[in-house]
Amino acid sequence: MSEFEPRIVAFLCHWCTYTGADLAGTTRQQYPPSIRVIHLMCSGAVDSIYVLKALIDGADGVLIGGCHPGDCHYQTGNYKARRRLAILKGILNQMGFTEDRVLLKWISASEGKLFADTVTKMTNDLKKMGPNPMKQLWNA
Amino acid sequence: MAQGKMRGDKSSALVIGAGIAGMQSALLLAEMGRKVFLLEQGPAIGGYFPLLDKTFPTNSCGVCFMSPTPPAFCPIYECHLHDNIELLPYSEVKKVEGTGGDFRVSIVRKPRFVDPKRCTLCEACIKVCPVEVEREFGGGLEKRKAIYLPYPQAIPHSLVIDPRTCTRCGECVKACAPGAIDLDMKEEEEEIGAGAILLGFGFEPFLAQKKGEYGFGRYENVLTSVQFERLISTSSPTQGFPVRVSDGKKMEKIAFIQCVGSRDPSCGQDHCSTICCMYATKQAMIAKERASGLNVTFFYMDIRPMGKDYERYYERAKSEYGIEYIRSAISSVKELQQTKNLFITYLKEDGIFEEREFDSVILSVGFTPPQNIKDIAGGMGLLLNQQGFCQTDEFHPAQTSVEGIFVGGAFRGPRDIPETVVEGSSAAAAAASFLAPNASSPSRKEYPMEGALGEEIPKIGVFICHCGEELKKSLSLFDLILGTKLLREVVHIEEVGLACLPEDLDLIKKRIGEHGLNRIVIAGCSHREIRKPMEEMAKGMGFNPYLIEYANIREQCAFVHRDLPELATEKAMVLIRMAVERARRIQPIRKGSQKVEKRGLVVGGGVAGMTASLRLAEQGYEVCLIEKERELGGNLRDSFYTLRGSNPQSLLQDLIQKVKNHPSIRPYFETEIIGFEKRNGHYKTKILRPDGEESLEHGALILATGGREVVPKEYLYGKDPRVITQRQLEKMIHLKDEGLKEVRSAVMIQCVGSRDEEHPYCSRICCGHAVKNALKLKEQNHSAQVYVLYRDVRTYGFYETYYHEARGKGIVFIRYDLEKKPEVALENGRLSVSVFDPAMGSRVSLPADRLILSAGVEPNDNRDLAKIFDVDLNPDGFFMEANPKSAPLDSVDRGKFFCGLCHSPNFIEDSISQGNASAARAGALLSKEAVEEKAYLANVIKRLCCGCGLCVTVCPYGARALNEEEVKAEVMESLCQGCGNCVVACRNGASQQRNFDKALNLAVLDAAID
Ligand code: FES
Repeated sequence: MSEFEPRIVAFLCHWCTYTGADLAGTTRQQYPPSIRVIHLMCSGAVDSIYVLKALIDGADGVLIGGCHPGDCHYQTGNYKARRRLAILKGILNQMGFTEDRVLLKWISASEGKLFADTVTKMTNDLKKMGPNPMKQLWNA
Repeated sequence: MAQGKMRGDKSSALVIGAGIAGMQSALLLAEMGRKVFLLEQGPAIGGYFPLLDKTFPTNSCGVCFMSPTPPAFCPIYECHLHDNIELLPYSEVKKVEGTGGDFRVSIVRKPRFVDPKRCTLCEACIKVCPVEVEREFGGGLEKRKAIYLPYPQAIPHSLVIDPRTCTRCGECVKACAPGAIDLDMKEEEEEIGAGAILLGFGFEPFLAQKKGEYGFGRYENVLTSVQFERLISTSSPTQGFPVRVSDGKKMEKIAFIQCVGSRDPSCGQDHCSTICCMYATKQAMIAKERASGLNVTFFYMDIRPMGKDYERYYERAKSEYGIEYIRSAISSVKELQQTKNLFITYLKEDGIFEEREFDSVILSVGFTPPQNIKDIAGGMGLLLNQQGFCQTDEFHPAQTSVEGIFVGGAFRGPRDIPETVVEGSSAAAAAASFLAPNASSPSRKEYPMEGALGEEIPKIGVFICHCGEELKKSLSLFDLILGTKLLREVVHIEEVGLACLPEDLDLIKKRIGEHGLNRIVIAGCSHREIRKPMEEMAKGMGFNPYLIEYANIREQCAFVHRDLPELATEKAMVLIRMAVERARRIQPIRKGSQKVEKRGLVVGGGVAGMTASLRLAEQGYEVCLIEKERELGGNLRDSFYTLRGSNPQSLLQDLIQKVKNHPSIRPYFETEIIGFEKRNGHYKTKILRPDGEESLEHGALILATGGREVVPKEYLYGKDPRVITQRQLEKMIHLKDEGLKEVRSAVMIQCVGSRDEEHPYCSRICCGHAVKNALKLKEQNHSAQVYVLYRDVRTYGFYETYYHEARGKGIVFIRYDLEKKPEVALENGRLSVSVFDPAMGSRVSLPADRLILSAGVEPNDNRDLAKIFDVDLNPDGFFMEANPKSAPLDSVDRGKFFCGLCHSPNFIEDSISQGNASAARAGALLSKEAVEEKAYLANVIKRLCCGCGLCVTVCPYGARALNEEEVKAEVMESLCQGCGNCVVACRNGASQQRNFDKALNLAVLDAAID
């Protein structure tokens, strides 16, 4: 069997992290092609439903990217995202997902390298964790 | 470029210097509808700001809040995007002709040797370039080639060849596939016409080599603060992890030496550079966060965190971060040969020498005016001050010595970012007033009516752009096209070469017509790059621009998976599939707009409020000025002379006259605010006048409610008539009080009602006032002995020179600690003050014929007003800004601003700048006929709404309300910023966001995973 290639769904905020991801590109930072980016206006617009659905549908990991604390372009969206995720993680654990499959990361528009490193590290961590157990359910 | 033809006219503005101040001025004037030329001598705009990724006092970046139309990108990018701003990077002013109101400026555009339109940033040239030199960005710690990108996010985003180091070997020309390099490019001359010129020249760091005794340039591990800033930035080669220069080992024990090239007449720098205490403290904090266990020691004379919230920051640095501050003078810095560690000998306050070893030493360098400034100033006829910065009148801080030329920011002297933002805005206000008679007629583009797209079945056209063959290196376009064909509702697929250029745009336009396309997907570069030309094209043909989707297969795919063509192609296919899925579901957006009520309401008739009113009125808006007292003037009425020697009373008379005589300003006296309502697009304020109530409608609100001197609670104040405040002393001096003639000995105590438990902030102005009054007292009464008991002397900026003068005139400064406060005793009818003198190591007793308390500044009680206007107060009772760094005078809600003492303790000069600045920011809003709503507005599906009100609580902009009758939530469109936070808050799916509704996002998610 070929090596397991994790699939990550990322929700990036329009202002900081998406721009940071673009900067990773313009500066040619290389990272694994594991990630699929969905662009939203703010990390505070990431509904827990999206995260859950991504995992249930078989994504191996979910990345939420937002502006650094104090830098959210809508004042407090990132804090809301942080609080929401803390609660969601409790639920995920109970559902049998490892909470580590979901990562919230503050990445600014100037942190292209950090974006690339985050994806690289997350991909490697997921490889160690193995595929999303949900997938087996679908395939059973 | 055709020579001899002048661009710009009397109504336009030329901003020289694209740092923070210049960018701020440009953005505001552009928002006011002026044509702005933004000239920068470097190859990229931004000034020093791109070096900083975290700034004090928030330790975040936050600079995006600077835009007058939030939410926005970084100002560098916003300047680049703005329709009314034309960037003139890599240009220099050659000659300024004409006079204020009608300048003709000859400029030289230096050759880049790279055509930005053709360069795809593949960097093949960089690889082959044989010349390696120190990169200027970050103080020379890193290397670059002779052909280089100034810094990663540089705007213009294009390479440039440095002619000083390029050997013209031609290797790059050979390597460049698109043929973008031309080594024979020549400089071009051009003439710009402008009614006003704004200067944002900024500063330069002091050359640390000039203080040779600290070893910079000789000892490897001695860095400047500019270099250290770069080292700890997340975009540095070590990603912000601080390592030693000599061996790359982790830093363990570092020292900051303060005031290098500041407060030091021996190197021609007698001023205080104002911000070094704070930036160094920030660097220390960030470094400690990055490298746990790092030990940081500061060697300093006085610590000067005198800006809003800076004192708390400094206290946190000590208590939370454990940073050590040692008041001392450096005696020597020596390098240890084996370890390359540094050995510092220093003299402590008590006269004892001590030594310590560090692995790295950072020199907190001060700031000087730009090097070539004398020539530039000479060419414009500009007066500079003694230190070489721009000379301005104390009460006209934005005005240079030449009519029609304005200034803001660090070219007036070193200052922090908030002040620079304020002054950049202030210069814009002054320029706007000056330009007002030359109404601009910004070329409004007319677009054809849009067809009724959206309701029909989607017919999607997908255009895959290979970016001048660049993307083909890692993507198989063949496979992408094949895959796209299978997607539903896609009726046309085509490969294009450079979708951003006119030929391809025309082609796309043609295809839209031919195939009746009603949705477009562009697969290529990031939407941030291509959106503008695409939308222009769409609008030009009556195609709703919100029906264009973008699949980012360049920055977020081809460029980042260069060596994995198969997987990259697979990913690109998914990205296209997701974009098509979005395209199937998006709807056209026709942005609404709200008429602007072109009237400003200013609350408070002190210096800030009057200044703001005048600037607004001069721009052509009506102003209602509300004052609770019977007369205008506020605190200015009690101010009689300034440290710099100006006369506040004549300023007072001047302002009052102008306000009273201006036909567009309506002052209301003895008037209170009793109500406030938000309407869609404007505000309605209810006031109570002595003769009854009235309602005022207005588009902007400026709060300038002032502050007051703290009433001291200690040191026998109020119990003994000889104990007075600085303000009382000022009045006595002004009235030439007889009693002062008999004074043999006067003692001043600083920080009374500042930096203590009740007022944990620094009041900024008291040190300056003490020096001012001490000097005046001496002037009137030579034989008087004056003692100033202080904690830190905070005579920042050019005030430092007066402190120096005061010491020269025999005024004695004795330091005290909060733990050992001075004690006042009354013996046999005589007052005396006893204080522990750290230099002597013992207590001294000082007779005090007068005891003058430097009482701090506190805001007036604004609690009721804050509630009425729905704005926040900080813990100290000052109004709270949207962002302390880059939106220091704005409230979170659009159209509300603060200035003067209700914002923070200020000198008169600062209040004037803030008054100006708030008027510029309000003016930018009022200048529009109508405010455009945001595109991605929230909406409510009434049928599903249960009226729980969660969305109302969540909205940061007050754009949501509960309709009490229907028990349903509503959105005030003019206030909604489109963040989508309320969508998440809703449990019923009643709250949705245009083109980001839940069903759409879930569908895209499906497309992402399958
Ligand atoms: S806008 Fe980036 S997190 Fe809110």
